[in-house]
Amino acid sequence: MPEVLLRAENLLFEYDDLLLFEQLNFSAQQGEVVYVEGPNGSGKTTLLKILCGLIEPTEGQIYWRDQRISSAHIDYRQNLLYQGHQAGIKSSLSARENLKWLLSLKGLRPGLDKIDEALALSGLMGFEDVPCGHLSAGQKRRVGLARIFISNEKIWILDEPFTAIDKKGVATLESTINQHAEQGGLVFITTHQSLNLTVPSQCITLD
Amino acid sequence: MWTWYHKLSSPKWFYQLSGQWLPWIACAAVLFLGTGLVMALAYAPADYQQGNSFRIMYIHVPSAILAQSCYMMMAVAGGIVLIWRIKLAEMVLKCIAPFGASITFLALVTGGIWGYPTWGTWWVWDARGTSMLILLFLYFGVIALQSAINNTSGAARACALLSLVGLVNIPIIKYSVEWWNTLHQPATFKLTEKPSMPMEMWLPLLIMVVAFYLVFTVVLIMRVRNEILEREYKTNWVRKLIDPSADRSIKSSVKNGGE
Amino acid sequence: MYWYSIKSMISRELLIAVRYPAEVLNPLVFFLMVVTLFPLGISPEPQFLAQIAGPVIWIAALLAMMLSLDSLFKNDFDDGSLEQLLISPSPIVMLVLVKVITHWFTTVFPIILLAPLLAMMMQLPDEGYRALILTLLLGTPVISMIGGIGAALTVGLHRGGVLLSLIVLPLFIPILVFSASAIEAANMIMQYDGQLAMLAAMLVLALVTTPFATAFALKISINN
Repeated sequence: MPEVLLRAENLLFEYDDLLLFEQLNFSAQQGEVVYVEGPNGSGKTTLLKILCGLIEPTEGQIYWRDQRISSAHIDYRQNLLYQGHQAGIKSSLSARENLKWLLSLKGLRPGLDKIDEALALSGLMGFEDVPCGHLSAGQKRRVGLARIFISNEKIWILDEPFTAIDKKGVATLESTINQHAEQGGLVFITTHQSLNLTVPSQCITLD
Repeated sequence: MWTWYHKLSSPKWFYQLSGQWLPWIACAAVLFLGTGLVMALAYAPADYQQGNSFRIMYIHVPSAILAQSCYMMMAVAGGIVLIWRIKLAEMVLKCIAPFGASITFLALVTGGIWGYPTWGTWWVWDARGTSMLILLFLYFGVIALQSAINNTSGAARACALLSLVGLVNIPIIKYSVEWWNTLHQPATFKLTEKPSMPMEMWLPLLIMVVAFYLVFTVVLIMRVRNEILEREYKTNWVRKLIDPSADRSIKSSVKNGGE
Repeated sequence: MYWYSIKSMISRELLIAVRYPAEVLNPLVFFLMVVTLFPLGISPEPQFLAQIAGPVIWIAALLAMMLSLDSLFKNDFDDGSLEQLLISPSPIVMLVLVKVITHWFTTVFPIILLAPLLAMMMQLPDEGYRALILTLLLGTPVISMIGGIGAALTVGLHRGGVLLSLIVLPLFIPILVFSASAIEAANMIMQYDGQLAMLAAMLVLALVTTPFATAFALKISINN
């Protein structure tokens, strides 16, 4: 029986007194990919940010292994990888430096070879030392996504990870997501692409 | 589910209760203001030094007192917003700031009017006036922040934090300004020498202070009620309030749809 | 274990400052220019300048700081690294404090280094130098830390710059008052320990309270 990692109870979110969604209940377990779907402005990004604990829901609770994420936040955050619309990449720093900083937020301190390896897997071989301001939008995303090849978070929350990424990159990412789920991870994802996944998936639809 | 209803009902509860109280408080405000003004203008004796010009004190002092306690109340509302996230407190916070700014402005203007015949100038950099001016700046900051943020409860939370930071700073600012003042202007003429003031003079002042607080309460309640209607306009009870027939028409349309 | 994330934060901030020297230099040049305006605008008479030198340098430093404070969290907000920071398991309050302090070190410390030169140009009496430097060293971190709260509150807003000044400038008055009076006292060869003690007390108070307020303000801003 796979363990339930993340559970949402009666989520309700109001922005500026306007109801975005209400009565949202779901539980997501190990080895699963959860699609968050809905039209533009339906609150997909907001929901993902709520799952991260960045935004507080107006009502309701989110549980990480049966503990509220607000009370278990260090353990939860240690197990959380979030990639938002903005990848968190500084344009004055190189890919290596950016990745190193992102990982250091988790207390991770991989060697240089590990970092270069992750960047290579992400398709950035040869760009390790280029300031990210000189990279294309897709390459910047890849810098942020390179984290998934190194760190060991259980839950990945990916907001439109395929934006500006080419076919080959999408395929790599797809297989990495599959692999992560097979190894007992959990992936939340918003995307407009249809993915070829071999793992069980569920869909949260916002309207 | 229960908390959701509870939260929704809270502004409604306030709206209904305040609707009952409002006429009484308004009457009391008019009564106190009238009595205070008559006593202050007609019965209080003229000051032996300043003549009749001291009577502006009956506006100046209450507004100065109210200006400061308004900030305090704003910060208290801010604390409630941040800790308990109560919608009503958000509305109170938003409504106090402009009132506080105007009453501070009134205190400054009446101070100038009082100062001109007394000192021969509209503005002196004395400790009280300067503190009052800085208080006005603090209010401006809160109002500016409030209007810059689109999200209503986000704006309230930001202003709540700012007003709390301001509250912590006010004693420090006051102390520093008084200290600066003693350094640059040793012992100027003091406006309100409390011990020498006879009863006929301070009683109207006391009444005026109470009257100002009552007026503040009335204005605040009215503004908050307005704010409630604006923010809760989607809820059933506000719709019913605006248009009593709305409820019926919704029901009948549902019936028609069913058929 | 989280010492590493704090260390990494410091080196990242310093690296960014080195890569973008304009962020450091522009406020410095602005500081120089504002001070120059006073002799030109009022009077170049040495005795008069000596009297206003301390406060003028202080006010110019304050304005230069206001310019750079606006960008304290803005870049991180725009590129998404603020989100990453806020969901990191590392102690966020510490990271925020580290950010404010490195920002102070990279943008304000050069101003303090430049201050003696300007003091000389403004004919500040020799007795005032020590007081000027000491008050700047004690006072400007407080300004950075209080300003950090304002920067955090206005980080997501357009036209945040003027708004930031509007909401935090009144809070800087005590620091200006005590610093200016310390310099004045020093010029008259009087004791100014009291003023320094007040500044130090404010520094301690700011150090223990403002990081929490700033981190909280960032959370509010990211919710908007």
